[in-house]
Amino acid sequence: MSDSRYVAALIAVPVLIVLVMVVASRTHDRDTSAAPVSFPVSLAEVEAAQPGRRELAIQHWQTDAGSRVLHVQTDQLPMVDVRLVFNAGSARDGDLAGLASLTNALLDQGADGMGVDEIASGFEDLGARFGSSSHRDMALVTLTSLNDAEFLEPALALTARILRAPDFPEDALNRVRTRMQQGLLMQQQVPGPQVSRAFQETLFGAHPYGIPSSGTLESLPRLRRDDLQRFYRDFYTAGNAVIAVVGALSEAEARALANRLSSALPEGGRAPALPQAEPPAESTRRHITFNSSQTHIQIGTQVISRDHEDYVPLYVGNHVFGGGGFSAVLMDEVRQRRGLVYGISSSITPMAAAAPFQIALQTGNDNADEALGLTLSLLEQFVEEGPTDEQVQRAIDYLTGSFAMSTASNSAIVGQLGSIGFYDLPLDYMDQFQRDIAAVTAEQIRTALRRHLDPTRLAIASIGPRAPEARLPDDDPDGAE
Amino acid sequence: MRRLPATPLIRVMMALLALGGLIASARGEVPPTHEFTLGNGLNVMVREDHRAPVAVVMLWYRVGSIDEPPGMTGISHMLEHMLFKDTKHLTPGDYSALVARFGGQSNAFTAYEYTGYYQQYEASRLPLALELEAERMTNLRIDPEEFQREIQVVLEERRQRTDDNPNALAWEKFTGILRPGTGYAHPIIGWRREIEQYQPDMAQHWYERWYMPGNATLVIVGDVTLDQVKPQVERFFGRIPARPVPSRPEPRQADIAGERRLNLVLPVQVPTLYMGWNLPSLRTAEDPHEFYVLSMLSGVLDGGSSARIERNLVRGQRLAAGAGASYQGLARGDGVFVVSATPNPGVMLDDLEAAIEAEIRAIAETPPAQSELDRVRAQVLASHVFGQDSLFGQAMELGYLSMLGVDWRLRANMAEALAAVTPEEVSAAARRYLVAQRRAVAHVQPQVSEATHDE
Repeated sequence: MSDSRYVAALIAVPVLIVLVMVVASRTHDRDTSAAPVSFPVSLAEVEAAQPGRRELAIQHWQTDAGSRVLHVQTDQLPMVDVRLVFNAGSARDGDLAGLASLTNALLDQGADGMGVDEIASGFEDLGARFGSSSHRDMALVTLTSLNDAEFLEPALALTARILRAPDFPEDALNRVRTRMQQGLLMQQQVPGPQVSRAFQETLFGAHPYGIPSSGTLESLPRLRRDDLQRFYRDFYTAGNAVIAVVGALSEAEARALANRLSSALPEGGRAPALPQAEPPAESTRRHITFNSSQTHIQIGTQVISRDHEDYVPLYVGNHVFGGGGFSAVLMDEVRQRRGLVYGISSSITPMAAAAPFQIALQTGNDNADEALGLTLSLLEQFVEEGPTDEQVQRAIDYLTGSFAMSTASNSAIVGQLGSIGFYDLPLDYMDQFQRDIAAVTAEQIRTALRRHLDPTRLAIASIGPRAPEARLPDDDPDGAE
Repeated sequence: MRRLPATPLIRVMMALLALGGLIASARGEVPPTHEFTLGNGLNVMVREDHRAPVAVVMLWYRVGSIDEPPGMTGISHMLEHMLFKDTKHLTPGDYSALVARFGGQSNAFTAYEYTGYYQQYEASRLPLALELEAERMTNLRIDPEEFQREIQVVLEERRQRTDDNPNALAWEKFTGILRPGTGYAHPIIGWRREIEQYQPDMAQHWYERWYMPGNATLVIVGDVTLDQVKPQVERFFGRIPARPVPSRPEPRQADIAGERRLNLVLPVQVPTLYMGWNLPSLRTAEDPHEFYVLSMLSGVLDGGSSARIERNLVRGQRLAAGAGASYQGLARGDGVFVVSATPNPGVMLDDLEAAIEAEIRAIAETPPAQSELDRVRAQVLASHVFGQDSLFGQAMELGYLSMLGVDWRLRANMAEALAAVTPEEVSAAARRYLVAQRRAVAHVQPQVSEATHDE
């Protein structure tokens, strides 16, 4: 119990009648008028507060070369974030898995006659950060620099040279390929990446999203320099690029910057649309035998994308079920009440041609059957009954209340702009999404769940010493009062 | 391949020019930051960042895994989990529900030297955040059944983070010999056999011993002003009684531990090399200047992809698929300098180790070029600006430095302090500290045959 010594003289708060509450024991609670009638005492004022919001003025235009540009000026910090988003992810790999990743990783490894050392020190002398990454839909090229022309100007010049003439040097290709192969081997040491890959393959089958982004030990050795050059010419085109610019730059400066980068890119239009991914026709199970102390399980299906009327209800439904962290149904039932997992969550990932719904959990091998059975039955029950009105209200409160966080930093804003541009969303998408969320009802969620989430057609992937078999826990956990 | 001529002299000139401008544009650019202490000893730091209506609230306690005696390893982390369960006014789930209802995000973290709790909201939610943290500072109740269930959760966390990840397991074993005989030698999450035997009164004892205002720093960063925050902090924390903080010896080690080597055979697909040297931290250095010299040494070796390790070991000689060096010089105890590397196929760990030693020898024998030092400073200056983009990152930095008793202006003044470092001092530091008798080395090799599980 708490030390009951206190120094009253130290407490000097003019506005409060201070009766120091020393927590001794429950049996000896001093009931005083200063004790809060209800906890928390700040609740009423926080409920009454008018949440503030940051107005973002998003500018949007096209460069002469055909890139779509989104710009937000933020003057508080003397820095600039530039993000080029190309429709050039692994969905474009064809039968050469890893091609998009390798192409992207080689951009700063040699360009316009400059070697990798020269490029690296070129940026680092300026304190600038050049980066690139490749995903299933998108390939990114990013630059963060101080906004002062003295640094921004040479950093942009270097970036433009890289975009204009990446060399894909043979020796760098072999070096980076080896690093990727070592990375794949390291992924085989741990269960997580293996189960993710198995789940993607099970859910997407032959769809381009089923291609493993980081390639395979079989495919990486087949990649040739001319494959990379061709990929770059085909997909890193000005018309296939979105350029997001956030920071201490005026619109005129941002226009000049975007033109400069856009005109450095190969000529060409947008990549053709990908085929839409379909939900699995029936339930499929895939297990990888692996000597781990935990069994990792991923469960999911295909749902619908942003442009469908049921998308927002599903999104809010997912938040109630597994997306809402500690207050979600999955976390509450499987972790808090039973201690079966450290982590369990669900997500919907809207992509250009798919929207996988996915549950991920990791549990001790002895609990794997129960954890799987419980999770499946919670999903079934949720699709059957839907959320309560109270759960929906709580989700709406969170999702609308946390909106301020999505614009709190340049890096958050540049990420939003990249997505808006890449997925052709309206400029007021973020505000519209907020309004749509606020209007969602439990009934709409129930309808959307029944339409799009069929618990009898799930892809399930697992990894561990033995394949888990769904079994309901026979205990009745102590519910929280 | 075509190469553009760039004479070293011109490059240095350009770098120096750039640096002059960097210093001019980055110097003194720190958002308004205030520090005050309540009557009960609670240290409070407020940083104003009015870009968006958001505030981050963090409460840091100066207790972490290095403070734990044998038999109680990981109890700081276990206690951190229990703070999300029962308090006088909250039952399990209430805290998270309240935070979520107001659009907040919350979690906690435990480290060697501190335990931290954070909430992040739209700025008008500040009073709630403060009230919740004050409640958790004084009114924890540990329910034995909840405690037993949470042990299972922590065991799952340990399996996920460490037991099923041979590299994490290797790192855990390496840290066991890196700072032998100190609290840094056991894992933050604790040993599995000890987690299994936790009792509720251990966590209760730990809470009473360390969770008092005088052992904590409250950090608030975001769309707030000092005038607005001060009365709110007083309102919720002012009435918490002061309690003396138990005294602790500084976690120092014997000066020279002697060379330690560890050969590990684990179910890895790719071998790994870990090397670490014992040396001073900012707190334990005879002269703080030494911290900046060692920071510079670390930057010359691995301050980005143009630094020596990447340039020479990963690219030049093609020995490593990946490699990195870091000086951990911000600590309550002594610091360490750590190098980790993954060899390319066909490269023996002995050869990789020899190549890293050769890089160290090269610096010890020949002072690095001024242009290398300038590049490190350019990055420090720029990252001081870039680091102000994230509210969370700023709050982490303020809290972390406060836990170590280091002035929060460290990063703002870093470039200036680094400017006083000479190439010869960098060499001298390598000669003095990166020596065999201060070194711990671990070789992690794959199993030759099929793994058997040690239960």
